[in-house]
Amino acid sequence: MRTRALIRMAIILSLAAPATEALAANADDFQAALAKAEAANKQAGAIKNQWTTTAGTLKAAQAAAAAGKFDDAVKLANDAEALANASIAQAKEQETAWTQAVVR
Amino acid sequence: MLRKIFIAIAIVVGAAQPLLADNAVDPKADFKAFRDYFTKRFPKVPLDDFVNGPYSMDADLRKQWKAIDEFPPYEFAVEKGKEMFATPFKNGKTYGDCFQNKGIGIRQNYPYFDAKSGQVITLDLALNQCREANGEKPFDYTKDEMAALTAYMAFTSRGKRFDIKISNDPRALAAYKNGGEYFYTRRGQLNFSCASCHVQSPGNHIRTEVLAPALGIVAALPIYRSEWGGMGTTSRRFTSCNSQVRGVPLKPEDEAYRNVEYFLSYMSNGLPISGPGARP
Ligand code: HEC
Repeated sequence: MRTRALIRMAIILSLAAPATEALAANADDFQAALAKAEAANKQAGAIKNQWTTTAGTLKAAQAAAAAGKFDDAVKLANDAEALANASIAQAKEQETAWTQAVVR
Repeated sequence: MLRKIFIAIAIVVGAAQPLLADNAVDPKADFKAFRDYFTKRFPKVPLDDFVNGPYSMDADLRKQWKAIDEFPPYEFAVEKGKEMFATPFKNGKTYGDCFQNKGIGIRQNYPYFDAKSGQVITLDLALNQCREANGEKPFDYTKDEMAALTAYMAFTSRGKRFDIKISNDPRALAAYKNGGEYFYTRRGQLNFSCASCHVQSPGNHIRTEVLAPALGIVAALPIYRSEWGGMGTTSRRFTSCNSQVRGVPLKPEDEAYRNVEYFLSYMSNGLPISGPGARP
């Protein structure tokens, strides 16, 4: 279950991130992280497999940036990117895996 | 790519021969396996009762249903739909003019594959196409007007048995196959497919609800839900089932939704229309 592993990784990443953020992030860092997350989520949308949690996390990232909390904002944008990538991986895995569930 | 290969195979092999390749499409075999699965798993449920969704699975809920149905909460929608049906558009035509038999008692034939446009036409889509062909604005697929029209049309078709056809047109077979793929594909952060809930777990409780079996699952649409405080169309139901697993729903009547409805309706062939339904 590659998808499960990825989802787990996404969660672990989101928990582990703060420890490594010694340097304060700025608006540019956030914009860069946001652009990556949005690109990944757009890709998930093109294959009709976005997760609601990705959108929710993107929103939270933007709210944090608007409040000037760029460390949080960058971390949330990275989380959103991980979620979007996990949703893409899920769709890729399911391209073939769905046949195993068919009632026969 | 896959679809192209599939179409190529379908054309080469033709419909007369049984398809044995792994990803071959054989609606008749799928139909039999699907029905057998449910009738074997729930031997005490009479075949025609599967169209009553959660009520077919749970005796307590069934008692509640009998009480609900004394004053059916969908009656208002049926009345409104009937009135809408009788009211001419600005050009003097009516909904009835767009449909066979003036739109009465035909719900069981939807969705169908339309060779001209090359796509699956659901009842909801046909209603909006009818409106647009007559110079009216389409209705929101998730809202009350669409629910009223489909409730009325289902009501006039109660007891009529699903008669969904999948022609030998490779595009119809592809739509059916894609519908099945959508049904069995896991999605959302929770990693559930439609089948995870409605094939693997019918009768199980999820929060306060009892999961309906996938066999006959489209027969009761549209449905009144107390939880919604109103009627829900097919689109409303499908989109909420996507959201529940933390998947972003598709646009109402998206091609994938229409294909999955085509697939599920074909699986329900021979079962009676029970809509509109009422759920706690
Ligand atoms: C997390 C579990 C879950 C998943 C996944 C799910 N559903 Fe549902 N579905 C429900 C619940 C809960 C209800 C309301 C109770 C009931 O009727 O089953 C419901 C109801 C329905 C109904 C109405 C049944 C009735 O008679 O009232 C339809 C139709 C339906 N789902 C279709 C789908 C389709 C199509 C998919 C895949 C896109 C899907 N569901 C995925 C949980 C799920």
